[in-house]
Amino acid sequence: MRFIFMLFTAIAALTMATTANAHRAWLEPSATVLSGDDALVTVDAAISNTLFHPDHVAMSLDGINVTAPDGNAIDIINASKGRYRSVFDVPLAQQGTYKIATASGGLRAFWRDEAGNRKMWPGRGQTANEADFSSAVPADATDLSVSRGWRRIETFVTVGAPTTGALQPTKQGLELLPLTHPNDLYATETATFKLLIDGEPAQGAEVEVVPGGMRYRDNQQAMTLTTNKQGEISITWPHAGMYFLEASYRDNNVAKPATVRTGSYAATFEVLPL
Amino acid sequence: MRVIIMGLICLVSGLSSAATPSQLKLTVTLPQLEVAEYHAPYVAVWIEDEQRKPTHVALWYDVAMANGEGQDWLKDLRQWWRRGGRGLSMPVDGLTGATRGPGQHIISTQLTAALATLAPGKYQLVVEAAREVGGREVLQLPLELPLAEQKLPLEVSGQHELSAIRLHF
Repeated sequence: MRFIFMLFTAIAALTMATTANAHRAWLEPSATVLSGDDALVTVDAAISNTLFHPDHVAMSLDGINVTAPDGNAIDIINASKGRYRSVFDVPLAQQGTYKIATASGGLRAFWRDEAGNRKMWPGRGQTANEADFSSAVPADATDLSVSRGWRRIETFVTVGAPTTGALQPTKQGLELLPLTHPNDLYATETATFKLLIDGEPAQGAEVEVVPGGMRYRDNQQAMTLTTNKQGEISITWPHAGMYFLEASYRDNNVAKPATVRTGSYAATFEVLPL
Repeated sequence: MRVIIMGLICLVSGLSSAATPSQLKLTVTLPQLEVAEYHAPYVAVWIEDEQRKPTHVALWYDVAMANGEGQDWLKDLRQWWRRGGRGLSMPVDGLTGATRGPGQHIISTQLTAALATLAPGKYQLVVEAAREVGGREVLQLPLELPLAEQKLPLEVSGQHELSAIRLHF
């Protein structure tokens, strides 16, 4: 299967609905807990399965949004895209917690044409204009499946004391509402996060948590969790380091023409030694 | 089904065997894994002498990828890479083959050919497996050449990426 995914562009990987074989897309900040009046964080953005070693393809930075502690958006600076990794800086002028995120989504359709060929809309790497749905997708097509989904990738950094102004959910797609502050994570302690789908608790979402530094060990060491009725999960961090959390959700609670609602969420957390 | 048939062939040939070295077999059993994303593992088989000098036996990797891109992950067979893999130019005739899925896989001709080049002495038969979005495991099977028939079969079990390796007639 590897060779198929080599063909995907960064954008396609970002806009793709959740699939079993999607590559991991991640944002890795140089630090998550900072102090002082002139703090800055530099962030790596890449798509690679080997966490957090960029070895596959750089992430597009077009959709990066940074929310400052006061809730306003701020610009990234010094953005650069290499072959395997994109890099950008975020000047942290305010005290408090920042959310660095990229999200995309919308309607997607898959079907077979009269010759039996697989078709998809929007095309790979393209953005859908939903007004085109009825003309682009034949309503009576064979094996037609229409989904509405979002894919979101985030990380968090804090200057000074943690705040929650930047952590308010957009109520679009699968999101994480941190009950334990995402920049207050320590080894051997337990953090609780709540997953929301379109702003409501996401029950039964599948969650995988994998430590970084993968090159230096022989196993994934993944923790697999499922959200409870309140959409919550609890994670006890085994040791300090960067962690990648990936969650996926799927149900049928969606307006026509879609029949399936999907959400995928990924975030990078830093866990400090106690 | 194929596994059962292979096992049966193995059993039958074992029973009728006159135990000549030419029928020596290495069975590598790859586990069936319950994972969301499965890629067949890269597997390397080699024999090390007491100075850890390698004699390569087999290498299964993504040979079919365009532009030799399957070679990008060869370094993930970390021990094999260090023990001479990095000095080889891919593909190697009589050594490389496509990846295999879960089940039993028998290496015979290549093993016999490799053993024929080795002087009497103590060796380790080494099998290493590495899987994308998975893990890595190395199994070692000590052996002494010439092989004493009564010491066979020799078997070592794995835990994650290799179920077992078994040297037998």
